[in-house]
Formats: sequence, C-alpha cells, structure tokens
Amino acid sequence: MTAFTALLARDMRIAIRVGGGALMGALFFLIVVTMMPFAVGPDLNLLARIGPAILWLGALLASLLALDRLFATDHEDGSLDLLMMGRMPLELAIAGKGLAHWLTTGLPLVVISPVLGLMLNVELKALGAVALTLAAGTPALTFIGLIGAALSVALRRGGLLLAVLVLPLTIPVLIFGVAAANAAILGGAAFGPPFTILCALSLASLVIGPFAAAAALRFGLE
Amino acid sequence: MALIDLANPTRFLRLVDRVLPWLAAATLIVFAFGLFQAMHAPDDYQQGATVKIMFLHVPAAWLGMMGWTLMSAAALGTLVWRHPLADVAGKAAAPLGAAFTFICLVTGSLWGRPTWGTYWVWDARLTSMLVLLLLYLGVIALYWTAEDPNRGSRAAAVLTLVGALNLPIIKFSVDWWNTLHQPASILRMGGSAIDNSILIPLLTMAVAFTLLFFTLHLAAMRNEILRRRVRTMQMMQAQALAEAAT
Amino acid sequence: MQLSAENLTCERGGRTVFSGLSFTVAGGEALTITGRNGAGKSSLLRMLAGLVRVADGRLVLSGGEAEATIAEQAHYLGHQDALKSSLSVRENLAFWTAYLGGAAEAVPAALEAVGLAPLASLPAAYLSAGQRRRLSIARLVAVRRPIWLLDEPTSALDVQSQDRLAGLMQTHLAGGGIIVAATHGPIGLAAPRELRLGQ
Repeated sequence: MTAFTALLARDMRIAIRVGGGALMGALFFLIVVTMMPFAVGPDLNLLARIGPAILWLGALLASLLALDRLFATDHEDGSLDLLMMGRMPLELAIAGKGLAHWLTTGLPLVVISPVLGLMLNVELKALGAVALTLAAGTPALTFIGLIGAALSVALRRGGLLLAVLVLPLTIPVLIFGVAAANAAILGGAAFGPPFTILCALSLASLVIGPFAAAAALRFGLE
Repeated sequence: MALIDLANPTRFLRLVDRVLPWLAAATLIVFAFGLFQAMHAPDDYQQGATVKIMFLHVPAAWLGMMGWTLMSAAALGTLVWRHPLADVAGKAAAPLGAAFTFICLVTGSLWGRPTWGTYWVWDARLTSMLVLLLLYLGVIALYWTAEDPNRGSRAAAVLTLVGALNLPIIKFSVDWWNTLHQPASILRMGGSAIDNSILIPLLTMAVAFTLLFFTLHLAAMRNEILRRRVRTMQMMQAQALAEAAT
Repeated sequence: MQLSAENLTCERGGRTVFSGLSFTVAGGEALTITGRNGAGKSSLLRMLAGLVRVADGRLVLSGGEAEATIAEQAHYLGHQDALKSSLSVRENLAFWTAYLGGAAEAVPAALEAVGLAPLASLPAAYLSAGQRRRLSIARLVAVRRPIWLLDEPTSALDVQSQDRLAGLMQTHLAGGGIIVAATHGPIGLAAPRELRLGQ
C-alpha cells in the first residue's frame, strides 16, 4: 500500500469509527435545512425559490464542521510531526487528508441533498442538477477549508477562526454553485457557464489548497 | 419478579431468551390480524384507498412518541434511581423510536403526494415529527460517539429529559408558527370522522406495532448487554497482558 | 555516514534557547543530550528532525541518500506517541510503516520485537502508557532509517522494556546507525558521548 492510500484509508477509517463518522455532517445538514422554514415560513413557493441557496449554505456550514479537527487531532497526538517526516511530499499528504474529508463529509451531503431538496419543494427534475452542483462544489469547500484548518493549527487557535478565515474564500464557490442550481431549475442553456466555472474553481482548489496548507503548517513550525 | 431482580444482567438475559420467541410470535399474529382488517376496511370517499396509509402512519407516530416517553423513564432510572439496566433500555429504545418516527414521516409524505400534490408540506404535525426525529438522531449521536458507555449514557439521559421537557414547548411553537402563515389549502390528514370500521383496524395495528417495538427493544437490549461484555473482556485481556511477563 | 551540526542556534517564542552549538555523530555512534528542563534538549531533537527552523548555523548529513533530507532519513520518537485510539495496535503500526516507506511484512516482526504481538488486534485505546510507548518504538523497528532521534525514550517503560529498548539500540548502532537521544538518566547505551546543554 502506498503512503497516499495508507493515509487516505487511515483517515477514512478514523472518521467512520469516531464521532458518528459520515452521518454527523449529513445530520447537521438536515438540521440546518430544517431550521430555514422556521425562519422564513412554510410558504412552499418561497422555499422552492430559495431552496438551492438553503442547500448550498447548509452544505457549506456542514463541510466546515469536520474541518476543525482535521489537523488539530494529528497535532495533538504528535502524528503531524511524523506526517511531515515521510517520504511523500507534505502537499500530497494534505491532499490525501482532504480527499478523505470530502469522501466522509462532502459526499454524504451530496447523497442526501435530493431528499432535503424534496422537503424544500425543489422541483423533481432539478434535484439531480442541484446534487450535481454540490458534487462539483463540495471538493472546493473541503480543499479551501484545508487552508483555514492548517492556519488555525499553525496559529494555535481553534473554533471560529477557521470559519472566519475560510468563509470569505468560499464566496465564489457559493455564487456559482447557487447560480448553476437555479439555472437548472429554470431549465435551458444557462446551466453550462456557471457549472463549468464551478468545476474550474474546484480543480484549482485541489492544487492551491494543499500547497497553501502545507506552507501554513511549515510556517507554524517553531 | 420485582424490577430490582431484573437489574442483574444475566438474569435479564435469561428472561429475554425465554420471553422473546413468544413476543415475536404474538407480534406476527396480531400483524396478520391487523393487516387483514386493514385491507377490508372501507375506502375514504375523498381519498380512496390511499387513506389506508393511515394504518401505518398513525401507529408509527404514536410509537415515535412512546419511544421518547420510554427513553425518559429510562433516563430517570439512570439518573435518579441508578437502575443498572436503565441506560441499556434507553440506548436500545432510541434507534427504534427514531425508526418509527422516520416511518411516520415517510408514510406521511407518500400519503400527502396524491392529496396535496407535493411530497412534503411544512404543516404543524409533520414538522413536529421532524423535530422529534432530529432530537432522536441527536441522542443517538450522543450514545454512539461516547467512548465510555457509562458516561455517554448519563449525558444522553440528561439530553433525553431536556428533550422531554422541550417537546411540548416545541409542539406549541410549531403549531403557532404554522398559524402565522396561512397555508395555501386546508390540509386534513385525519380524513373523515373515525368510526369503528376504521378505528378497530387502527387499534389492532397500533397493538401490533407496539408488540413489534417491544420485541425489537428486548432483542436490542440483549445485544447491548453482550456488546458491553465484549468490551469489558477486551479491557481485561489488555490488562492481563500488561501485567503478565512477556 | 556522519551527521554534523555547525554553530546551531535555536529560537523559540522569541527567546534564544541555545546558540553556537556544534557536534558530530558518526555512523555506529550514539550521542546523549543532557541538561536541565528547558535547556533545549527537545528543541535540538526537533531541529534535527526538521520540525523546528534552524535560526542560524548548518546541519549536514554526509554519506546518506543524496536526494533526501535529514528528516526523511530519521525516526523521531517524541513525547507523544502518534497513536490513534480508534485503530487497533496492528493498524496503527501498519499505517506508519506504510506511510514512512517500510514494508508491510515487517509489521508482525516489529510487534514481536517489542512484545506486543498478543495485543495486535486490540484497540489502541486499551493500552497502558508503557504499551503505547512500546508501540511507538515498534515503528523504529518496522521501518529502517539510519538516524534515530529519541526524546526521553525510556519514560513510561518498565525495566524489562528498557532492556529490550537497549537491545534494539545496540542492534541499530551495530548496523551503522546513528542515535541522538535526550535523556535525564542512563538509557542502556555503553558509554555514549554526552552533550550537555544549558551551560
């Protein structure tokens, strides 16, 4: 087993065994989406119109949750030291951790988004498209989040710092994600451009995220 | 047999082994009876045969709420009387209550589709059930993420009681929230007035569901006791190996 | 193989922990670092492991792999054990073996060498402090790296485990390896050279 797959397997195994694993993020997503109608009212037409936005915000917040502990647990038990002494470049190791995070947190969000879309009266034909935009966009949320997670470990600060650092960086992903989802509901060719930009953002984050996070971790070395 | 006698896990396990087959058989019989009655019940003049989803939906709702009541009693047993099996009872009841609440929501959704045209509306009853499901999932998360079962059970017991106190408040708020926003159409889930031809199958199904709940509950309690024994044995093994000269 | 430090300076939290430190360690040799608490023993080891920035001075490894850094050719045994409680003993060791470039076949022998073979399937959460330490040491056995950086390696170990560790260290030195160990007392090496910090 290569170092990359070993790290990926380990992180996924831990995520699944500890703290409810994949389901916790999905549960939080469900709760956030449930709370929206309490705030805006049960008018189905209104909910249908803002449904994609609610789904995207919920996915964003749920993704952010598990990121907090991504590097912190390794830092606390001394694993981070050893991860930096491997043969594999640190950037690749971080990408592995990011992939594990997306598979155990982001992907479940994508999977249950159709059910939640149903509750928000999103049209059936659009449910698949909304899930597709989430599938394309949640990797970006994870990999941009890596940067914040690394910075908060490097600076020895936890909690809301991560959210404060990461959320502004995810604004483009949110904009194009919701735009693509709305375009899917209205139908027609308007889906293409925002969706491709969303994919581009995700692909760019796959590279920028690990490099920036590795730099942050090294910078945090005393 | 006094309740305190059941406090001994081994005796409890023996009791479960004796009682469970009978309970399971009774469940099957009453279910067969109830389904037969349900199939022969008259159709609703408005909704047709779909009204028969009620025979699943309403008992599931009752059991969802009964589950939380059972968990609250177990929580009191854990925190106040420190009955040894109370936390096992609570932990075993949580997924069952959640499952029945989930069945209630799904059947309600399927029932609503031909009636309302959508799979989901945010009406007071369904929404209350949804919040109940979220509370269940929260307690389950608490039980399963605690590394030490004893500490996790006490935390879950506290959350259960807080939830029990909160549920009437939540129900009231959700009802009030629903009246603030006039729904597009008046939704009635009860159908026409309940008369005997509907009531009797409904009650039979409710009894069947309750028997099912307790069958599964006892089996789940047995599983949990055995699971804890495995954990204890693993810990003893680790201890023994640590002390033995290697 | 030779590890040489020239004029090393370390700064942590704004203050200079040590400066102008120079030493060499050759293959087959052991160096113990002693000194009072806060003198910089751990910082020096972490600097050798590449985990602390070299503020001034040079660290040179000659005779090792040309393209690899010192960190990639060293094992670091710090105060923490780098173990995950939710994984079993075997899974923990297998992960580090794979990550650090060792062979999977080496895992059972490494567990045997530290006496943890009977506990292989047990979740790491059930281990005592001494057993966790031994599992960390197993990592050094499972993956061959020439340099061992040990920070108080005998802490939490009972006498038998300390003897076992001493045996492993002797084997490592006999094979041409380098050991740099920070310690408060003797760790079972026959007359190692000593570097005293904090004077």
